[in-house]
Order: sequence, then structure tokens, then C-alpha cells
Amino acid sequence: MADESNHEVSSHAPRPQGRERSGPGGGAGRDPGGRKFFRRKKVCKFCVEKIDEISYKDVRTLQQFVAERGKIVPRRLTGVCTPHQRRLTSAIKRARNIALLPFAAR
Amino acid sequence: MQRVYEVMFIVRPDLLEEDVEKLIATLQGYATTAGATVQNVEKMGKRRLAYDVKKFQDGLYVLLTLQADGKAIHELERRMRVTEQVIKFITVRMDEEQQRLEKVRKLRAAHTKRPPAEAAVAEPETPTVNA
Repeated sequence: MADESNHEVSSHAPRPQGRERSGPGGGAGRDPGGRKFFRRKKVCKFCVEKIDEISYKDVRTLQQFVAERGKIVPRRLTGVCTPHQRRLTSAIKRARNIALLPFAAR
Repeated sequence: MQRVYEVMFIVRPDLLEEDVEKLIATLQGYATTAGATVQNVEKMGKRRLAYDVKKFQDGLYVLLTLQADGKAIHELERRMRVTEQVIKFITVRMDEEQQRLEKVRKLRAAHTKRPPAEAAVAEPETPTVNA
């Protein structure tokens, strides 16, 4: 009996967990009994590949972080870390200035 | 004060090869007479522009790496603005970035034992760690 009641509790667990997620964001592995939500952990491309310099000349790299219409893709979608996003942003803006990237694509 | 700058400019695409060479040479001449030393000249070839510039859709990209002071750069920019063949240019100061990169590389060499992701994330704050 006691086991069953335990089970019920654990099945309800996902809800509070979901709430917590928006807070600290580190509650993924806390409750092994509950349903798990798999969200792939995004990692910063520049950290992983150890790209030190984000150059405005490197159009290939910059293009990965520009949306179809030429907008800079936000960090929350790409997973780039804050220091690198800052450098990336200035590089993209420089590239726009010298017509390597569009300000707005058609 | 001598600093390292990169000057990238776009030459209009309808020029002949020799005219382009001549133009680059004259611009270099302007730079040197203004007190700059040209470290590198790189022709990056013809590229499609991301948007129309002075009704051109293509352009010849040229990259100059200079060691110069602000006045020389100012003069060079003024000259380029006047030169009709140059349709767009940008000047970027590189010395601070180069210093930062050197620092990062040194630190990376020192911390090779660390797991890669952690080491990379820790980098931007490293100056404080160092001191």
C-alpha cells in the first residue's frame, strides 16, 4: 500500500518540476521517478570548437547565427554563451556595414 | 600612437585588373605618406554584395592591414571617400583584439588539462583569475 501511494506522488512530480525549470534551470536530474522532459542542452559553438576570434570577415560562421531575413538569432535559440554572443553581435554588425551580410533580406 | 588597423574596402566591379592594382597602389601610397606602414594587402576577390551599393551588385573586396595612428587613418578614409572607385569601406582597430587573443591562447596552453568546455567558458573572466 505504501508503495502505491509513493507511486502516485512520483507521477504527480513533473508539475512542480516544470515550474522549477523556469527558475534555476538545474532540476533535470533531481527526480528520477517522475516523467522526464528531455530538452537537449544547448552548448556554445564557440566554446566547444574553441573559436577564439569571431571575425566580421568570416561570413560562413556568421551566417549560421543570422535568420533568413537577416536578423541576429537570439542566444536563447542558439545556445551561444553571453561573452561570445556579444562578440558575435558586433561582428555581424560590422559585416553588415561592409555588405557581407544583409541588413534585411528581401 | 601606432595601432594596428584593418581597412576593408570594396572596389567597383567594372574596373580592369590593372586599374585595380593601380588604385590599391595609390591608396597604399596615401597611407605611407600619412605615416602608416602597410603590413599586408589581400585581395579577397569578387563577391556578391549582400545589398546594392551605389547600384552595384558585386564588388571587389580588398583588405589592408596597417600600422598607423589615428591621423593617418583619418586621412586615408578621407581619400577613400573622395575616390570614386571605392564604393564602400570599413576600418576596424585590431590591436586590442589581437592582445586579447594572445592572452587567451597563452591561458589555453597553460590550462590544457582542464575539460575543454569548462576552460573555454572560463576564458572571458581569465584576466581576474590571472591577477
